[in-house]
Amino acid sequence: MADVKAAGTVTLGSVEKVPLGQGFCFLVAGEEIAVFRQRDGAVFATQNRCPHRQGPLSEGVLGAGKVICPLHAHVFDCRSGAGPKPEECLKVYPVSVVDGQIILGLGTGPRC
Amino acid sequence: MIKPNRKKLVVVGNGMAGARVVEEIFKRAPGLFDVTMFGAEPYGNYNRILLSNVLNRTQEPTEIFINPLAWYRDNGVTLHAGVKAVRIDRERRVVVGRPLKRDAVPYAATDAGQEEKTVEEPYDHVIIATGSRPFVPPMEGFGGPGTFLFRTIDDCERIADFAKSCRKAAVIGGGLLGLEAARGLLTHGVEVTVLEAAPQLMIAQLDPESGQMLKGTMEGMGVKVFCEKITTHIVREEGRITHLLMKDGSRIDTDMVVVSAGIRPITEIAAASALTVNKAIVVDDQMRTSDPSVFALGECVEHRGKIYGLVDPIWEQAGVLADVVTGKNPQAAYLGSKLGTKLKVMGVELASMGETKPASPDDEIVVYREPRKGVYKKLIIRNETLAGAILLGEIETAGTLLQIFLGGTKVPERRADLLFGSPSGVSLLKVSDLPDNAQICNCNGVSKKQVVESIQAGCTSVAKVGACTKAGTGCQSCKGLVAQLIESYAGGVASDPSEHWYVPGVALEKSQLVAELRNRGIKSVSEVFRQLADGKEHAGSKIGLASLLKALWPDEYEDERDARFINDRVHANIQKDGTFSVVPRIYGGVTSPAELRRIAEVAEKYNVPMVKITGGQRLDLLGVKKEDLPGIWKDLGIPSGHAYTKAFRTCKSCVGTDFCRYGVGDSIALAQKIERRFQGVESPHKMKLATAGCPRNCSEAYVKDLGAVAIEGGKWEIYLGGAAGGSVRKGDLLVTVDTHDEVLKYMGRFMQYYREHGKYLERSYHFLERIGIETLKKILVEDSLGICARLDADIQKAVDAYKDPWKEAELPKYPRQFSGPELANVLEVAENNG
Ligand code: SRM
Ligand SMILES: Cc1cc2nc3c(=O)[nH]c(=O)nc-3n(C[C@H](O)[C@H](O)[C@H](O)COP(=O)(O)OP(=O)(O)OC[C@H]3O[C@@H](n4cnc5c(N)ncnc54)[C@H](O)[C@@H]3O)c2cc1C
Ligand code: SF4
Ligand code: FES
Repeated sequence: MADVKAAGTVTLGSVEKVPLGQGFCFLVAGEEIAVFRQRDGAVFATQNRCPHRQGPLSEGVLGAGKVICPLHAHVFDCRSGAGPKPEECLKVYPVSVVDGQIILGLGTGPRC
Repeated sequence: MIKPNRKKLVVVGNGMAGARVVEEIFKRAPGLFDVTMFGAEPYGNYNRILLSNVLNRTQEPTEIFINPLAWYRDNGVTLHAGVKAVRIDRERRVVVGRPLKRDAVPYAATDAGQEEKTVEEPYDHVIIATGSRPFVPPMEGFGGPGTFLFRTIDDCERIADFAKSCRKAAVIGGGLLGLEAARGLLTHGVEVTVLEAAPQLMIAQLDPESGQMLKGTMEGMGVKVFCEKITTHIVREEGRITHLLMKDGSRIDTDMVVVSAGIRPITEIAAASALTVNKAIVVDDQMRTSDPSVFALGECVEHRGKIYGLVDPIWEQAGVLADVVTGKNPQAAYLGSKLGTKLKVMGVELASMGETKPASPDDEIVVYREPRKGVYKKLIIRNETLAGAILLGEIETAGTLLQIFLGGTKVPERRADLLFGSPSGVSLLKVSDLPDNAQICNCNGVSKKQVVESIQAGCTSVAKVGACTKAGTGCQSCKGLVAQLIESYAGGVASDPSEHWYVPGVALEKSQLVAELRNRGIKSVSEVFRQLADGKEHAGSKIGLASLLKALWPDEYEDERDARFINDRVHANIQKDGTFSVVPRIYGGVTSPAELRRIAEVAEKYNVPMVKITGGQRLDLLGVKKEDLPGIWKDLGIPSGHAYTKAFRTCKSCVGTDFCRYGVGDSIALAQKIERRFQGVESPHKMKLATAGCPRNCSEAYVKDLGAVAIEGGKWEIYLGGAAGGSVRKGDLLVTVDTHDEVLKYMGRFMQYYREHGKYLERSYHFLERIGIETLKKILVEDSLGICARLDADIQKAVDAYKDPWKEAELPKYPRQFSGPELANVLEVAENNG
């Protein structure tokens, strides 16, 4: 199986898979990745598990590029991955929508 | 990275004082020193005074860190965490340290670390800030399993861990820390006994009378307190503690012991380095020890014969030391501190400053006592200044008193104002007259000067001053003073409007917001952002807005599911591992064999990890995967119990007249009627109800949001605003009625009023205290506003609108509402040429 860490992209299918204004979790080669679709069309991808206590971020509330973890409400920036403390930050992945399809970049996304 | 031209500063001790002085030094001269710190504890620096919160589980250990490890990295500080400094070699000018074993007690006097791993750090200056260690009075059997001290994060963890296997715990020492330890232990479900050697509790802060009152309050909370008890033996059988023996021959049964009987300064390193040590490490007004290149501060020092055991003096000492060592003001001098503190002991508010007893017959004593409420206030006035004060139970004026005390200000003519505040609301104390170095925020050591500077730099609201200076962000009791300062230095508090906004993302108060929503006919959350927030979404505002819109437009509200919390998207409660819990509705707590059989079958079919009886008299299926929810609901064929949302939850009942020999009212039938009628009705916060067949109250109806209790004569009493969760409060009696139907009527009326006037997330017990039962009686019983008919009609509408959300199992609201993670086809991975 392909190594997720290697630079490359994967197509996750139609953007409609992610409910509008929410997140959705994809399992990409064993890694949980949350993809978010904001109401204004912006998409983001981050690690799904919250660094605080492993809350599923794809179930969080989303807005203005930020997601609120459903377990203890820590807030993360979906673009940079920055969290409430320097040691609490997310891995982020490049993601875009091309022809209605989600294209997820697997390159070493920055980690704030 | 050590730059050769920088001077080397080695700090021994990485607690409140050590970390603070380094921060102060960086503030004055950022590039002057290469700083290396030794910390016997294996962590960064945390706020020791919050350990009680960690022990009683209101804060996580991670939440109390002031300087996490990243801080050291970011500031270029080398930290030897878990390494004890054992000697300052003053000839070679190096500090010698040795790592402790991971499970070592960092403050143990006898542990000299692992010799083979010795580290040495050269220095130009050393600062000693080793703090103190708990003092153990002589007794037999201390040490070993079941005995504990209370000083570090690790201590908290050890105590909490051990308490799990205990029924009883004894705390030796009835001072501030002992009582905090007792409170912490209570939250771990053990029976706690406090043993104090002195004739009263908290002898350092209280006089005998207030000590006695506090004892009563503590006993009311379920802690046993014995004074004049000196423990001589800790007795074990087969390795486990069984009891303690007292000097007076009595015995106290217990499974564990926490000793908190005072502290002793840690001075070994100073002694080993031939510095002058008396009761503690002796320092002069510049915080220098007997060696001019070695400084010391905090609980390990003795200054002008005094040793301090609170954080306040440390802030001042750190400022002086930093001024001196950086050369910013070599003449800076620490002249000693007056001590005054505000504390919360087991939830009881307490302020104490200066002396607790009069010193001469000329001292004027002002006392106010209200024993039933546990309120006691006492002032000692000498030469028109405050020599001491004790406030117990009610401490509104503590901030002002403390300033008057610390500043040596003349006290006002009307002594009552000092106890109760001035009736005109005019401030007793002109903050503008306070000296610049007067401490405004005692939690964070923020001076008047710092607050004023931040005001002059444009922080004209209390919140903004807090953001710049930290003032007001601890116990918050200085917020009034900060507001007064803003008033006098910026001519009026630009009362931060955002404090009053309904949600942070839309700049409107609730009433303004409601008016805008109505006028503009806004019916969805995204529309609110579009029209009222310049199109800027705000995640943290969505849920509150959704709740408000739904209340305003019950039928027409456009329900955008992304504006709901996950629980309300999938109608189940999210759990720590991301699975969900399923609580089917069980009307009035009564189920049937058939229903139980179905629940059992579902639990087996879906491999539900746990089936549990809840505190709400029903069954909980825990650990359910999101994708299994619809299937489970369909198989159960029971409506949702709404155990996840802000709505009517349950109505518990006792067996009542059906079976109980005391029952005087049919509590089961009533509970079922209530639950069938109000199920699913949403509200500002959850509503939990109960009915009891007699005042023995087996179903806890007195302490529910709404409760109905049957009394002799076939009547029902309706109680509102009871609580027995994080707060405990007996409900207030609204009205006594004759029939079930009347109970339903008044309950519905109250619910509707609460739905309309409750603040978002304001539980009924807060709402009731805000509005007052007398007012509610007028409105809901006497119909003083003429709105009862309308309230009745509106709650009926909400009842009629009930839909079982679990019906979404058949017809999800949106695609993938109940989907789990999707496996991506990774074979599609393509090389990235870019
Ligand atoms: C399941 C249950 C515990 C149990 O196993 O018995 C429970 C579980 C939770 N309670 Fe509770 N409470 C449960 C009965 C209670 C009771 C007793 C009762 O209902 O009679 C109380 C005291 C009464 C009260 O409501 O105040 C209670 C007071 C709380 C509180 C404190 C509320 C307060 O204002 O003091 C919270 C926190 C909150 O609401 O913010 C809370 C919050 C929670 C949450 C929802 C925490 C959360 O947000 O995840 C827990 C969900 C755990 C999970 O994994 O599903 N739970 N909780 C009980 C479900 C009752 C039911 O059948 O619906
Ligand atoms: C549970 C609790 C609650 C409290 N509540 C309050 C309160 O409400 N208000 C208040 O004003 N005060 C309170 N205090 C007191 C307050 O915490 C202390 O006054 C303050 O922490 C003293 O600071 P310090 O830096 O001198 O000592 P510490 O904070 O103890 O720091 C000293 C550090 O140095 C380390 N150390 C010791 N020797 C060595 C060595 N040789 N080498 C390396 N490291 C060493 C120690 O392990 C420790 O980490 C409380 C204390 C406790 C324990
Ligand atoms: S179920 Fe209730 S009491 Fe138990 S841990 Fe959760 S919130 Fe706390
Ligand atoms: S797990 Fe995300 S905030 Fe706690």
